[in-house]
Amino acid sequence: MSGSQSVLFDVPGPRTRRRMAWLNLLFGLVVAGIGALLLVLLARKGQLDAALWTPFLEFRTWESFLVPGLVHTLQAAGLAIIGSSVFGLVFGLGRLSELRILRVVSGTVVEFFRAVPVLLMMIFVWLALGFSGNRAIDPQDYPLIAVVTALVLYNGSVFAELVRSGVHGLPRGQREAALATGLTGPQSLRSVEVPQALIAMLPALVSQLVVILKDTALGYIITYRELLQEARQVGSGNGNILQALAVAAVVFIVINYALTKAAPWVGQRMGRRTSGRAKAEAPSLVVATRD
Amino acid sequence: MRALDGAYLDQFASLFETYDVPAAFWVNIKLTFFAAVLSLVLGTVLAVMRISPLPSLRWAGTSYVNVFRNMPLTIIIVFCVLGLWGQLGVTLAPDFNENFLRLAILGLAVYHAAFVCEALRSGVNTVPVGQAEAARAIGLGFLPTARLIILPQAFRGSVAPLGNTLIALTKNSTVAAAGSVAEASGLMGTMIEFRPDVIFAIFFTFALGFVLLVIPVGLLTTSLSRRLAVAR
Repeated sequence: MSGSQSVLFDVPGPRTRRRMAWLNLLFGLVVAGIGALLLVLLARKGQLDAALWTPFLEFRTWESFLVPGLVHTLQAAGLAIIGSSVFGLVFGLGRLSELRILRVVSGTVVEFFRAVPVLLMMIFVWLALGFSGNRAIDPQDYPLIAVVTALVLYNGSVFAELVRSGVHGLPRGQREAALATGLTGPQSLRSVEVPQALIAMLPALVSQLVVILKDTALGYIITYRELLQEARQVGSGNGNILQALAVAAVVFIVINYALTKAAPWVGQRMGRRTSGRAKAEAPSLVVATRD
Repeated sequence: MRALDGAYLDQFASLFETYDVPAAFWVNIKLTFFAAVLSLVLGTVLAVMRISPLPSLRWAGTSYVNVFRNMPLTIIIVFCVLGLWGQLGVTLAPDFNENFLRLAILGLAVYHAAFVCEALRSGVNTVPVGQAEAARAIGLGFLPTARLIILPQAFRGSVAPLGNTLIALTKNSTVAAAGSVAEASGLMGTMIEFRPDVIFAIFFTFALGFVLLVIPVGLLTTSLSRRLAVAR
């Protein structure tokens, strides 16, 4: 039943259309009522006082808290996306290898890191760095390293699955044609199949970017100074945590919504350059545990 | 790293007398269970809204999904604790810890409901058009069609994505740590700080705990999705 929702109900006639207009109005009023009630409740608690919101209109708040926080968030997300692409390519190729041992090792690594919560890895790396007693790395960088490492291990594993499912999703003829021209199996994989699989996985990669960006907020728990952490700083300074969190949430939603919209667009643009099907979704864990 | 000798294992084992690891995992299981039930209910309502004939309902459902799917879970949990409880004084239970637990469950449920809704919608897409057309042909309206014809098949077709959401929820229950809930990831931090010498063993214990929680869910939903799939 893809695409059209209208099969679930008849095309409305004049009477239904009138009734729908009323129902629309009624539902609109219900939503507006709930909204108004919330606003009244918030106002009664003094949460709508201008003093709580004006800090976000000041340049200083953005300059010294929110923008640096956003930069840290984007920095962690950027490093994580680069790292996980490399990780995903290496382990994705490992899972496609002709050597059984490589396949098993890569498979175990990928499945392990997809099953362990990102936060658990983050806390572990953070504390491990803290207790390692090394002098090469500035302790101030520990939270960033922990955030990026954990994100790379998890999302890299997801990417590895994407590479694998991308190659499996190619028409058989691609490999057969490559072998017929005299390429060996690994050569066909490297120069024919994987490049197409990578293009096919681009939209899913963009979707995964949303996951990475959202997960950088976990750095809040290990004192990484990302957007959420900075918003909380503003909030505890001015006694307006609620408002600060709302502002941070809006920033995240705007960026992620744009990325969500970009994914199908990338799929459309890239779809012509691969014989695989460009999908905007990461492969699921449930089905993958069985093969 | 030190060699794995008897003393190392003894030190490691003594940790389990000091800290109650199963109890911490039990908190994660509780968080997951209650949030799963709540988000399934909320997600089903949202999915029905998103396929309904009323544009305003569709719009509301879509907005909910877009807002909560694009917001970090950490913000929601922090909002529940620092915002709802800290600033607005909302309490869901008289007991201090129970209150935090319920606030975290609320946050987890609100977040994952958006994903449940999307999972169900992908299930709706597996139902052939003929089913809905036949339902309309025998005179069923939208709600009876949805309740009797579409949703039962959609649920069976969306077991795999729902299972994925459940797995994500299980792992995300650790984020409740941001809401001052004493669960597994927090306990892992405490244990490592207490005994940094056995840090690797501690991490692998907790990681293994989650693998053991997640794998059965994955296997179960995979086999269920095959068994329940409507043969077409």
